[in-house]
Amino acid sequence: MSKPVIATTSLAGCFGCHMSILDIDERILQLIELVEFNKSPVDDIKTFTKPVDIGIIEGGCCNSENVEVLRSFRKNCKILISLGECAIMGGLPAMRNGIPVEECIEEAYLNGPTVQLNKERILPNDDELPMLLDRVYPCHEIVKIDYFLPGCPPRADLIWEALVALITGNPLKLPYEVVKFD
Amino acid sequence: MSELIKFKIDGTECMAESGTYIVEAARQNGIYIPTLCNMPGVKPKGACRICTVRINGRLMTSCTTPVTMGMEIESNTEQINELRKSIVELLFVSGNHFCPACEKSGNCELQALGYYYQMMVPRFPYDFPQKGVDASSPYIIKDQNRCIMCKRCIKAIRDDQGRPLFAFRNRGNHLEVVLDEDLGKQMTPELAEAAMNACPVGSILVKEKGFVQPIGQRKFDHKPIGSDVAV
Ligand code: SF4
Ligand code: SF4
Ligand code: FES
Repeated sequence: MSKPVIATTSLAGCFGCHMSILDIDERILQLIELVEFNKSPVDDIKTFTKPVDIGIIEGGCCNSENVEVLRSFRKNCKILISLGECAIMGGLPAMRNGIPVEECIEEAYLNGPTVQLNKERILPNDDELPMLLDRVYPCHEIVKIDYFLPGCPPRADLIWEALVALITGNPLKLPYEVVKFD
Repeated sequence: MSELIKFKIDGTECMAESGTYIVEAARQNGIYIPTLCNMPGVKPKGACRICTVRINGRLMTSCTTPVTMGMEIESNTEQINELRKSIVELLFVSGNHFCPACEKSGNCELQALGYYYQMMVPRFPYDFPQKGVDASSPYIIKDQNRCIMCKRCIKAIRDDQGRPLFAFRNRGNHLEVVLDEDLGKQMTPELAEAAMNACPVGSILVKEKGFVQPIGQRKFDHKPIGSDVAV
């Protein structure tokens, strides 16, 4: 049997969840034995080149590009995992939820205390730029998500245990200390 | 002293003085029933329903119901745990609980119940309500995003005439627990500390005191809530 294929992405996240994947330390050698990576910042493969078994999503959806990437993950992956608080509930980016987008943009580009160089008062408006959404959405409000691994970032042991359980089909052991929301 | 009576929790024989509230009686017998709004030493109100048990087929709050002779209480059953878990989930989605940025994280009872029931994600949609933060008091910050309206601060923090420093404001969806405009002026550093400790979540914080304990040394980092009770 060929190895299960994994893809990962970071949407509106800080890459902390990906750092936590790397935090499994030397077990990464075991992981490479167990699985093959496809589209992921880990190996820098930019597009899906084959069907994927497990897609791991860091970050929620704050702009149109996030939504597009998330939908392509749903299309190309059999199983999707929301990894971390941002994917699960929007996380810190979702602190803007409840503040109108216009106000957020004006604060960031015009009125913020650290804004000094934008003399012409330009707001980002290039067609190439993704559109900001009205608020930050948890991934499971955009597509179906199969599993959720909380934490900010999720503990490396949680990621490891969950992946091994999924790949081997063995029951998931969850010691108290590995499930945390911070 | 009132008489000792026998009763059962999930089939286990227990004993307590008659008239003891079930939560407390269970605790005396080494059985943990989760609570949020209940506070030892203050008259219980039954506001949060997390302590719900089933007695004679009826769901009751165990913090407000005294044990009686021969009572048979169901507590740790799949159905009741499911109900309690859904209360925790509802509390999470109806406020703005950004745990990674919260000073109470690791010491928060709501979060600890999320761990206790292994809430990986709430089943309900996040509401993201618009709520404010009031930092006008010299001693405390009152963050409405995290208030679960359990009334513990109202009940526990009073001036020397017994008047509460915290109060309800507005109604319905707009209901808030706030520092009372007049009585709140009597806030002292000591009362601020007590208020922070009375609050089960991170809605009352003492100013300039966030994140004092490092991760790994906080109350619920290693042991689940209720571990002090279970035998
Ligand atoms: S009050 Fe508790 S549940 Fe809410 S954000 Fe803070 S730690 Fe999390
Ligand atoms: S501030 Fe804290 S103690 Fe007071 S009602 Fe809100 S959650 Fe309860
Ligand atoms: S603890 Fe009993 S209702 Fe809240």
